[in-house]
Amino acid sequence: MEKAESNKKLISMLIAGAIGMFGFGFALVPLYDVLCEQLGINGKTSSTASSYQAMTIDKSRTVTVEFMAQIQSDMPWEFTPEMKRMQVHPGELIRTNFKAINLSTEETLGQAIPSVSPGQGAAYFNKTECFCFNQQRLTAKASAELPLIFFVDPDLPESISTLTLSYTLYNITDRGYVDAIEQGAAR
Amino acid sequence: MTSTTHDAQDNIEPEHNQADHHDDHHEAMPTGIKRWLFTTNHKDIGTLYLWFSFIMFLTGGAMAMVIRAELFQPGLQLVEPNFFNQMTTVHGLIMVFGAVMPAFTGLANWLIPMMIGAPDMALPRMNNWSFWILPFAFAILLSSLFMEGGGPNFGWTFYAPLSTTYSPDSTALFVFSVHIMGMSSIMGAINVVVTIVNMRAPGMTWMKLPLFVWTWLITAFLLIAVMPVLAGTVTMVLTDKYFGTSFFDAAGGGDPVMFQHIFWFFGHPEVYIMILPSFGIISAIVPAFSRKPLFGYSSMVYATASIAILSFLVWAHHMFTTGMPVFAELFFMYCTMLIAVPTGVKVFNWVATMWRGSISFETPMLFAVAFIILFTIGGFSGLMLAITPVDFQYHDTYFVVAHFHYVLVTGAIFSIMAAAYYWLPKWTGNMYDEKWGKIHFWTSVISVNVLFFPMHFLGLAGMPRRIPDYAVQFADVNQIVSIGGFAFGLSQLIFLYVVIKCIRSGEKAEAKPWDGAEGLEWTLPSPAPYHSFSTPPEIK
Ligand code: HEM
Ligand SMILES: [Cu+2]
Repeated sequence: MEKAESNKKLISMLIAGAIGMFGFGFALVPLYDVLCEQLGINGKTSSTASSYQAMTIDKSRTVTVEFMAQIQSDMPWEFTPEMKRMQVHPGELIRTNFKAINLSTEETLGQAIPSVSPGQGAAYFNKTECFCFNQQRLTAKASAELPLIFFVDPDLPESISTLTLSYTLYNITDRGYVDAIEQGAAR
Repeated sequence: MTSTTHDAQDNIEPEHNQADHHDDHHEAMPTGIKRWLFTTNHKDIGTLYLWFSFIMFLTGGAMAMVIRAELFQPGLQLVEPNFFNQMTTVHGLIMVFGAVMPAFTGLANWLIPMMIGAPDMALPRMNNWSFWILPFAFAILLSSLFMEGGGPNFGWTFYAPLSTTYSPDSTALFVFSVHIMGMSSIMGAINVVVTIVNMRAPGMTWMKLPLFVWTWLITAFLLIAVMPVLAGTVTMVLTDKYFGTSFFDAAGGGDPVMFQHIFWFFGHPEVYIMILPSFGIISAIVPAFSRKPLFGYSSMVYATASIAILSFLVWAHHMFTTGMPVFAELFFMYCTMLIAVPTGVKVFNWVATMWRGSISFETPMLFAVAFIILFTIGGFSGLMLAITPVDFQYHDTYFVVAHFHYVLVTGAIFSIMAAAYYWLPKWTGNMYDEKWGKIHFWTSVISVNVLFFPMHFLGLAGMPRRIPDYAVQFADVNQIVSIGGFAFGLSQLIFLYVVIKCIRSGEKAEAKPWDGAEGLEWTLPSPAPYHSFSTPPEIK
């Protein structure tokens, strides 16, 4: 019957549409990452070390850089920036430290996730060395100085005068080492 | 549109005989529970959906009563905060997926075949499935409340990480129940599309379709587009929580803000899924009781379609405070305001239909007029929320709660009640009790405003939503709101009474009990015969 034929055709198109949209939901995940990265809007800094070539330091301009450190609720560490804020010139290579103390009696694995605010500034915040590129392991009651070396790109838009770099430290002891690296944790 | 009815009217007698004749050929219809379990008849399934929706409405309503009882006074009195959170969450889920959406599907089942002159829905057996999986979905959801650790407590929007890292053990049950609800909606939507596209009576051209059919067709496409995205979202929550993925977990490279993007990509079209069929209902009732054809039929069709398309471009107005870049804030702000244009066209058309009409105010019309006024108030508060800078103050306060209850309760639910009163004579063959219908209307419309209007002020004054306690200065207004809430809840029992009374007794209804009504369904006798339009009516 003709009706049955056209019903079938329409039904398969609609089902294909539904399945396609289910796939689209998942496709939004990489799409989101790509868009954020391309537009530089999510406050995510690069997950790999940038290289620093000698460049002219723009002495005429100072940018305030603020540091924040947070811990996720089940992380038994203390985690603080050595300096809360500093004035830097764009192009200048700066070193600062964060301090981490494992308050628990067990070895713990931590992963710091950086985020820059305002989000549009993230692309101009370059780290040549960062503890966030790797996982941090602290034995019971141990402490560590965690170094960060960075420079602010001289192309930073004029409208941005303050950059806030915030780290959240996650407890990934149960997750194991490989897992988190594979998932690109250090972005 | 207008010409169809009168021509088809002459069909009443032959059609009736045809239906009786048809019945003889059927094997004895199963009786009792089996009739309902195995039915593939669109009218039976419509009835099942509508009763299911009403039961869910009372269940979700009972939860709202718990919420309002706790908020009657500041401080914690009646329930634990965690239980309060479960109540707000499950209240929202039940009202959205259990009350409003199944009510519309029930109306679609009852009305679409009759309105387009088709004998039944295109896929009757799938129809049976799409209804009967629903009770299981809600049984699973409700049973999770009794599990150790409690049911879902993360809000109906289940933001990660509340629904992943911090959620109760029963979250898998929540996920599965949403999967089943989604399956049911998608199957229902496919059925609606196939029925409308392939089963129209000869001569029922696109621009002759009643608006309820049009709005449902567009709603069905929205459902097919976004329910799968919801299914994907809950699946990601499931794997994040139980299988170690990190879609929404920053520690593993994911992003909790992405949850909100994906959720609202579903969520905003979802709110239009809950209002477009209402537009269709109001567009049927207002002309009937104004005794004038609908003003601007084709602009209604185009407005509905443009609302549906725009609804995919505004999702981030729910996320203004997440730290989006300014250009995105502006983009979503302007797109959101743009939706007010086609919505305004609709309101204009309804008012213009009433203009100089010979209006009478039977219960369906009362609900329809209340819909137009109160839905517009909800639209205005929506516009206020769409202004990015002020949303920073209003977001997550009772102002938002006031907004969406105006569009959903006095919008969607009032339209469903208007529809019930309007078509009850066709469904049951009896007139409902007009006196009690009016009492139901007036108690509802007064109490609903006592309930939701003061919430605007609570929100503007800074009372956050979804919190079981509040600062003492909000006490008086909350008491008023709670009293309105209890009164509105009780008023709905009147509705139950009127419906049962109408099924059991009441003046016999004519084929067309409303003299201004238009549409093929009124050419059928009341109650509509079990099988109707077995031969398609002729439409000129
Ligand atoms: C003129 C049309 C509308 C506009 C401009 C509008 C705008 C908005 C905005 C900006 C918000 C977010 C507020 C916030 O969280 O800060 C919102 C929330 C909401 N709107 Fe609307 N809206 C409109 C119509 C509707 C309709 C027709 C419905 C449903 C039938 C609806 C249902 C909702 C719901 C349920 C929420 C709250 C979701 C939640 O956070 O739980 N809105 N609306
Ligand atoms: Cu929205």
